[in-house]
Amino acid sequence: MNELPQQLVNGLLLGSMYGLVAVGYTMVYGIVQLINFAHGEIFMTGGFGALTVWLILPGGTSMWVALPVMIIGAVIVATTIAVGAERFAYRPLRGGPRLAPLITAIGLSLALQYAVWVWYPEAKSARTFPQIPGGPIELGPITIQTGDVFLLIAAPICMAVLAFFVMRTRVGRGMQATAQDPDTAKLMGVNTDRIIVIAFALGAAMAAVGAVAYGLKYGVVDYKMGFLLGLKAFTAAVLGGIGNIYGAMIGGVVLGIAETMATAYVSHIPGMEQLGGQSWADVWAFVLLIVVLLARPQGLLGERVADRA
Amino acid sequence: MRNRSMLILTTAVTAGALTLTACGSRDDKGAEKGGDGGNVTVTIGLDAPLTGELSALGLGIKNSADLAVKTANEKSYVKGVTFKLESLDDQAQPSAGQQNATKFVADKTVLGVVGPLNSSVAESMQKVFDDAKLVQVSPANTNPALSQGINWSSGEKKRTYASYFRTATTDAIQGPFAAQYVYNEAKKTKAFIIDDKKTYGAGLAGTFKGEFEKLGGKVLGTEHINPDTKDFSAVATKVKSSGADVVYYGGEYPAAGPLAKQIKEAGAKVVVVGGDAIYSPEYVKLGGAAATNGDIATSVGAPIESLDSAKEFLANYKAKGYKEAYEAYGGYAYDSTWAIIEAVKKATEGNGGKAPERAKVVEAMQGVSFEGVTGKVSFDEFGDTTNKQLTVYKVEGGAFKPVKSDTFGG
Repeated sequence: MNELPQQLVNGLLLGSMYGLVAVGYTMVYGIVQLINFAHGEIFMTGGFGALTVWLILPGGTSMWVALPVMIIGAVIVATTIAVGAERFAYRPLRGGPRLAPLITAIGLSLALQYAVWVWYPEAKSARTFPQIPGGPIELGPITIQTGDVFLLIAAPICMAVLAFFVMRTRVGRGMQATAQDPDTAKLMGVNTDRIIVIAFALGAAMAAVGAVAYGLKYGVVDYKMGFLLGLKAFTAAVLGGIGNIYGAMIGGVVLGIAETMATAYVSHIPGMEQLGGQSWADVWAFVLLIVVLLARPQGLLGERVADRA
Repeated sequence: MRNRSMLILTTAVTAGALTLTACGSRDDKGAEKGGDGGNVTVTIGLDAPLTGELSALGLGIKNSADLAVKTANEKSYVKGVTFKLESLDDQAQPSAGQQNATKFVADKTVLGVVGPLNSSVAESMQKVFDDAKLVQVSPANTNPALSQGINWSSGEKKRTYASYFRTATTDAIQGPFAAQYVYNEAKKTKAFIIDDKKTYGAGLAGTFKGEFEKLGGKVLGTEHINPDTKDFSAVATKVKSSGADVVYYGGEYPAAGPLAKQIKEAGAKVVVVGGDAIYSPEYVKLGGAAATNGDIATSVGAPIESLDSAKEFLANYKAKGYKEAYEAYGGYAYDSTWAIIEAVKKATEGNGGKAPERAKVVEAMQGVSFEGVTGKVSFDEFGDTTNKQLTVYKVEGGAFKPVKSDTFGG
């Protein structure tokens, strides 16, 4: 049986999730040149926000009713935490030495993980996430799970809305201006502090949608679900060209498909049996990253920036 | 507000301390009363998690050991010797276990120690006991490396500590046992083998593969996963297209649950089989009751309710009115304690009725052989039990149910 179409779909799904989280890294980096390592944990809190909403809703609520409410809950929790982090952890350090906000981000990441571990009920092991009822959808050689349908629909919509917002609206143009030159933008009357908060909030909202998709796809959420996924999403952002929103989306999908292909096919290449399989997928993903960065240091869609970073 | 919470805390701590003291004194009295005419007191140490998440298992071990000590005293099983049980709590922490081991070594009346529950705790205690030539019998450790050395899986078995014994079966025979069940009884012949590359998981998968191929089964593919991720969709697709009818997973439930779910959802018609690390309600919870239905786990030991040899133990345990259940390791704890009693008996008789040296008890332990709660109790050249009992569990209606207990011969 030819498994290529199915593996491409697997990769596309995984990559869409990376992309949803990667836009958060890329927007914040594009505007304040901060690698927000706590973004993976913002994603995680979104997942727990959605779970909390589900637990509050009366038992037996239809998933079709619950899902929109859960998404709203996830977005509210994640954006609140992201905006709070910006206001109380990053803003006081703005203009300070480069490393200070970076270390703060790492500290915040650990703090959020263990805050959930300690205080969320039964979060010391993975918690089950409600599932969309119904069997898989078969399209010729491809099987798509009901949980994945959400991701397939939500990811492009989110990306389109985000692109429209950044490219077409007044606030979006303010974001672009701030990214190009914060001081000049300020002189032109752009409220840069507000723009930065909006960038954090938008990234968190995207991550929250990604977290709901994660819960639906894998059936569980746990306190460290954002750590590895955050690292991968950051990789995707760099691969696509950090600072570029389209780049983050494309980088995510390329990374997802690369990992899936590595799992599925590398072990079939003669002489490479030992280097195939899922435990080596990460290695191949990073090999791809290195190759891309050697050929295009600015990433797939990145613009040449001489003196930044 | 602050004062009130301090008050509550103090009350709780005091109450806890009183309860613990009460437990201790009850044990002491029991031991003294039982030994009519005993003139030497021999202490048997017990180390297990008596508080915390694993305390249910630990208290079951403690009560069962207590029962063995009381039975020996009531019967005056060893002439001139009264046994006394001294229980310490290790909270499932290796560091606490090592401190307890040092305490036991310092008490000259301690001639043997039962415990601990956790393999990781045992690791920290083994050397302390071995240096003092104090015999230790664990009712629950399953890590083969504890007795057979760290290279056990590659066939270089070497006993590390002469003073370490256990009545629990090791993980080393779980893989072959599962292979025999899957091939002979579940009639599955095409396997796909997955592991998480850890010592435990890769070991299980390797031993399963060897036995399965020896029986005539075909291995259609192998795969190693990274248990830190949750996306196994690419692996699931590979399993489906391989046409396997059984998946053996060497690893633990946090990855096994989502893995089983994704394999079943991909449309593969398989049964997922694993070792004792997936024998947990968490596995069913993470994978979903529908996806994991029919999956199989092996685990060491047997539910003692099913054993004829355990009838007397069950009746006596009930008669003594212990508050906590004997749990999974109660029968093995009773046998561990009784093994020490037997060894002390032999060593005492060899010493003209006087309390023997510790080293003599270790020597005597090697030759111990009796009919215990869990069957025949004796030890091989590594200090492992010769009674290799295992049980197959199957997920039915959202929970693991025992389907077959057997002793492993091959």
